[in-house]
Amino acid sequence: MNIPSSILTLLVGIGITLASLWYGQNNHLLPVAASAEAAEVDGLFNTMATISFGLVLLVEGVLLVSLVKFRRRQDDTTDAAPIHGNIPLEIVWTAIPAIVVLGIGIYSFEIYNNMGGLDPMAAGQHSMHAHRNMKGSAIAASLSDDPQPPEITQIALGIGASPGKEGQEAAINVDVTGLQFAWLFNYKDTDITAGELHVPVGQEVQLNMSAQDVIHAFWIPQLRLKQDTIPGRITELRFTPSKIGTYPIVCAELCGGYHGAMRSQMIVETPEEYAAWVAENTIANVTNLQKTIAINPAELSDGEFLAPYADEMGINSEVIAQTHHHSM
Amino acid sequence: MAQAQLDLAANIPKPHHEEERRWQDFFGFSTDHKVIGIQYLVTAFFFYLVGGALATAVRTELATPDPDFVSPELYNSLFTVHGTVMIFLWIVPAGAGLANYLIPLMIGARDMAFPRLNAVAFWLIPPGGTLLLASFLVQAPQAGWTSYPPLSLLTGKVGEEIWILSVLLLGTSSILGGLNFGVTIFKMRIPTMGLNDMPLLCWAMIATSALILLSTPVLAAALILLSFDLLAGTSFFNPTGGGDPVVYQHLFWFYSHPAVYIMVLPFFGVISDVLPVHARKPIFGYQAIAYSSLAISFLGLIVWAHHMFTSGTPGWLRMFFMITTMIIAVPTGIKVFGWLATIWGGKLRLNSAMLFAMGFVSTFVMGGVTGIMVASVPFDIHVHDTYFVVAHFHYVLFGGAVFGVFAAIYHWFPKMTGRMMNEPWGIVHFVLTFVGTNLTFMPMHALGLQGMPRRVAMYDPQFTTLNQVCTLGSYILAVSTIPFLINAAWSWLKGPKAPANPWEALTLEWMTSSPPPIENFLVTPVLKTGPYDYGSRKTLAIRQRLKQMTGSRPKEVGVPVSQAKSSTVFTDDRSTMVVEPEKDIK
Repeated sequence: MNIPSSILTLLVGIGITLASLWYGQNNHLLPVAASAEAAEVDGLFNTMATISFGLVLLVEGVLLVSLVKFRRRQDDTTDAAPIHGNIPLEIVWTAIPAIVVLGIGIYSFEIYNNMGGLDPMAAGQHSMHAHRNMKGSAIAASLSDDPQPPEITQIALGIGASPGKEGQEAAINVDVTGLQFAWLFNYKDTDITAGELHVPVGQEVQLNMSAQDVIHAFWIPQLRLKQDTIPGRITELRFTPSKIGTYPIVCAELCGGYHGAMRSQMIVETPEEYAAWVAENTIANVTNLQKTIAINPAELSDGEFLAPYADEMGINSEVIAQTHHHSM
Repeated sequence: MAQAQLDLAANIPKPHHEEERRWQDFFGFSTDHKVIGIQYLVTAFFFYLVGGALATAVRTELATPDPDFVSPELYNSLFTVHGTVMIFLWIVPAGAGLANYLIPLMIGARDMAFPRLNAVAFWLIPPGGTLLLASFLVQAPQAGWTSYPPLSLLTGKVGEEIWILSVLLLGTSSILGGLNFGVTIFKMRIPTMGLNDMPLLCWAMIATSALILLSTPVLAAALILLSFDLLAGTSFFNPTGGGDPVVYQHLFWFYSHPAVYIMVLPFFGVISDVLPVHARKPIFGYQAIAYSSLAISFLGLIVWAHHMFTSGTPGWLRMFFMITTMIIAVPTGIKVFGWLATIWGGKLRLNSAMLFAMGFVSTFVMGGVTGIMVASVPFDIHVHDTYFVVAHFHYVLFGGAVFGVFAAIYHWFPKMTGRMMNEPWGIVHFVLTFVGTNLTFMPMHALGLQGMPRRVAMYDPQFTTLNQVCTLGSYILAVSTIPFLINAAWSWLKGPKAPANPWEALTLEWMTSSPPPIENFLVTPVLKTGPYDYGSRKTLAIRQRLKQMTGSRPKEVGVPVSQAKSSTVFTDDRSTMVVEPEKDIK
């Protein structure tokens, strides 16, 4: 039976399309999504995976068919047909990728904007640091006697408030400090310092991040969020966890020999559990300070062990910024 | 017969030369571009083995989740030097070596524009490479090939300074080479060759040279400032003194993104030259492929901050660099589709060169599609600095550039050495490389997506199985170099003699003897056909005339083609065979 080549091409096209659509929805390559924004990023990935899978199938298919169908037959020493090009075909394969990447670009822009990547104040007007940004550096001197932390002249970077929430303060504000090879979390409202991040489900969390020694990167794969923490700069991440669970916090920027061991956890819990944790740690912090000598450090969690040091050293983003400011 | 030329009157080299090539030339300060080209390639291949050994050590460490093979600090040095060696001492010099050997021959010149500068450029590489490797004797650099401060100012200070000096030497070598290629291509072509008559490798090298000249000095500046921070305690990038580490990242990537194109563009050129010859069909869309190299070169200069999407980069700038990065997919797509259309409907000689060229397209497309993915900011925020990115750039640089190097070596080995390579072992090499590449790098996509960061000596035990697959793949890649090494060494010394034009190619380098005489062409060659005019009437007529001429001298048969397993020198099935017909389909 002789199937006309146009029909064959159509059938192959349909086959590739169906396979790609299936792959896009069933690749199971990403871990669980723990926020609404993370699920949107997954949608973007699945779309790109669909297109990519189709393109790869097409290219590999053409190569395999050529390998078999167009291999040189024995004793055939002639050249193939002298086809130098085909302008309409070339226009088609220039235009289609151009339109596709334009589409992916617009789609990515939408998602990025929804995540809060284009928060117009970049630093988020709500944060204490950004508040200072609004004033020029000329006013800095007059503010230096102010009991509040000193001026930050660089804008904060990262993911801020989503459109519609700009200017509003997040429910939970945490200062994050990266240091070789641990994360420190300082809760502003309750003055808790911990080695892991506890957050209540469904409430907006804002992380104001800096680094003490070298550049680190704060990554929670299940939130699809990552942001470098940079000495001398404040970066931020803002998100609303939607699934209860324990998720890894990973350092993603090379920071030294034990970079791979620089891990912590984010525990997303019910508001009640979170309140209980806050209460417990507010007490724990106080008692720890009194019993320092009697305690065996090996029995302490990272957070308990590091809290007094963090206090003593006064490690937080303001201090780093201050050092920076004075040295100029 | 083996010395027969398309234009017999103009191009036949005289039987004896005034000077002979001596083997000692390859070990000294020769100004012959062919000697320098081979010096580059052999040196680069040596460093490929070194970089490969380092990669194997890295993968051995990662076979288990715990740091049990080497210490974490040494592990960091291993991947730092692995990256630096593979980039600055393998792929960049291999591209420069091929361009050195081929460009003057392809444009009918007797040498490069600046032969002594050319030799100086090469001779900066051995000290640069030795210096880098010697850092293992003191304190090897540990801050990754990106060498971001403040980490690079705090770890392995001696090694860091050695690394800086070494990269400065190698960068200088690259700049001198780029200058030389540009001037040679623009000024040394034979009078009958317009820009649009050049083989596509020459176009690719114009694009590459522009990138080298525009971006490498910026890296040099960044490294010199970093050196001041390191040695003199200045604070250009050191935050404790008020410096800004993000400035370094901008300067570094202003070179190091274009560096990706510096590494891959020459091999786009190689593939554009190898595919038509073995498909016996003209390249599809010559001008589109030629100008897309220039487009890639220009766009490559304005995408650097896509390496910094999670660094100190404001939102609007992330969007700008996302768009420019995505646009690069268009000229790259033009090339890939052009290559596929070249193969389609051809009469493919499936020899080692062709298999590596087709393997290039096959693996490069994987790196291409993941490249578009990581250009998308919201997705890149998730996968930046993870194994997904490691998979992406190894598909581009290994699946792309390294396959390109091997396609080029199998294709031009007869021209360079005057000997044919062994085909069955070449195919073994190809199969091992292809399987090893996919086994090593494919699982890394999944690792990165699921949460494994790059540059770690210890990782979450849930990733163990996939890591072991990667490690197995890397061992296959290590083994794959053995058949190649033996094949190349044996063929160079004892392989069957190659005719001047074993592949019946149409570009000028095949219009002189194999290997070419010292000054390439004794008489300035004249273009009779375009570089890819396979199957056209004019080409067939020229071949017919040659056949008649060679037909009258049947005793002058060169290599029996069955022995070369490659070609059918100037014959077709409708006429008297001058050479033995092939037994196999190759």
